[in-house]
Amino acid sequence: MSQKKNSTITPNFETDLARLEEISSMLEGDEIGLEEALSLYEEGIELSKKCIGTLKNAELKITELKKQIDTLTSRQDELFEE
Amino acid sequence: MIQTVSELTKQIKQNLEEGFQHVSVIGEISNFKPHVSGNWYFNLKDSNALLCCTMWKGFNNYVFFTPQDGIKIIANGKITVYAPRGYYQLDVKSMKPAGLGELQSAFERLKQKLAGEGLFDHQYKKPIPSFPQKIGIVTAVDGAAFKDMINIAERRYPAAELIIAPARVQGSGAAESIVRSLKVLNETDGIDVIIVARGGGSIEDLWAFNEEIVARAIFKSGIPVITGIGHEIDFTIADFTADLRAPTPSAAMELATPDKNEILNLLNDFLISSRHRMNFIHNQFKKRFGKISASYGFKAPMDLVRRKSQIFDNFIYMLFQNMERKLLIKNNKIALLTKSVENHDISKTLKKGFVLVKQDSKFVTRSVYFNPEKSTLLRFYDNDVFIGPNEKR
Repeated sequence: MSQKKNSTITPNFETDLARLEEISSMLEGDEIGLEEALSLYEEGIELSKKCIGTLKNAELKITELKKQIDTLTSRQDELFEE
Repeated sequence: MIQTVSELTKQIKQNLEEGFQHVSVIGEISNFKPHVSGNWYFNLKDSNALLCCTMWKGFNNYVFFTPQDGIKIIANGKITVYAPRGYYQLDVKSMKPAGLGELQSAFERLKQKLAGEGLFDHQYKKPIPSFPQKIGIVTAVDGAAFKDMINIAERRYPAAELIIAPARVQGSGAAESIVRSLKVLNETDGIDVIIVARGGGSIEDLWAFNEEIVARAIFKSGIPVITGIGHEIDFTIADFTADLRAPTPSAAMELATPDKNEILNLLNDFLISSRHRMNFIHNQFKKRFGKISASYGFKAPMDLVRRKSQIFDNFIYMLFQNMERKLLIKNNKIALLTKSVENHDISKTLKKGFVLVKQDSKFVTRSVYFNPEKSTLLRFYDNDVFIGPNEKR
């Protein structure tokens, strides 16, 4: 199995999407000022474009832990203790 | 004829071992003990008899299941006599369950035992993360199941990284291999979820996932485990202890990953709805200001502002005019002064034959300041002349 290299850092979609949801509900609020709305909107656009970019350019990374498994296999004794 | 114990035992050993070189025996396992050396010790019994058995490491390697007490097996081997202790035993070369029912009952027994210990309890099920960054996989890398899982990860969530811990998933040693891989993944940094998977097969093929050590390793894993073993209809003990059971390896990967397209839709929805919302907010403000500025109360102040701004403009204009005039006067004055400085240039005076007198690096401008007892410097146009202090008269 080959190891594919991928330069992009794995994004944290969980945090990003949660923030977008937050922004979305803040924009829906009645009391929001124009300045605040604008800066939230800008942040939201930037964040969602970043996410879209990473998703579209993402390439699956595959790493095999063969060496670690072999090391553990040679330490058979540990298994018998379990 | 009187024989020694050794002589008699030797005869018995010969007779027995020659007479029972190849035997097949069916019986129920009891007192099963795997030794750390890898050898197995157990008894085979039925209602009326008991047979001691050993199975050496080199042979039990080929047994696809770990024997349990109570399971009925067919064992093949030979009878040996152990002279130092005076007993005979069956040296088992191979064994298999007496029927599929035996595996089934072994399965049920283990299931009950582990259920009794609470290994299947809902309270221990760990939540599966929605957006995993690293997905650990325990499977055979040469299997179709592995390729299926990669394809699905690629299609659904290529932002993830797959960390593969290859394992044997059938036959002897499979259970140990799976346990090892789980252990390695648990010792690896940052794994969010582990998939334990194997494609479809017979109950014997899937047996490793019904072994106690596998069930316990899954239960012990600090990282949530999703199992995808066999087909929809196959349930293994591993499935019961897993945090989430998927019917197949592919389904396991689907449960482990969010769908890229769903996220993209979500993001696009945000882009569209937030733009609409912004337009709306913008229009609201525009309308509000339009209304206010159109009102009479606002018109008058605006006129006032316009008038004020005209006055201000005038003021600025005058200020600049003034400044320029003042600047011109100053410039003329500077030119005048520069010229007068030039006229007073000392070198021109010296050239005419005047001399400057200096004492203590100060110019002596009047005769009263002159001290004849001090050294004196005379500055001519072309050079300085130094005169020592006069002798006291």
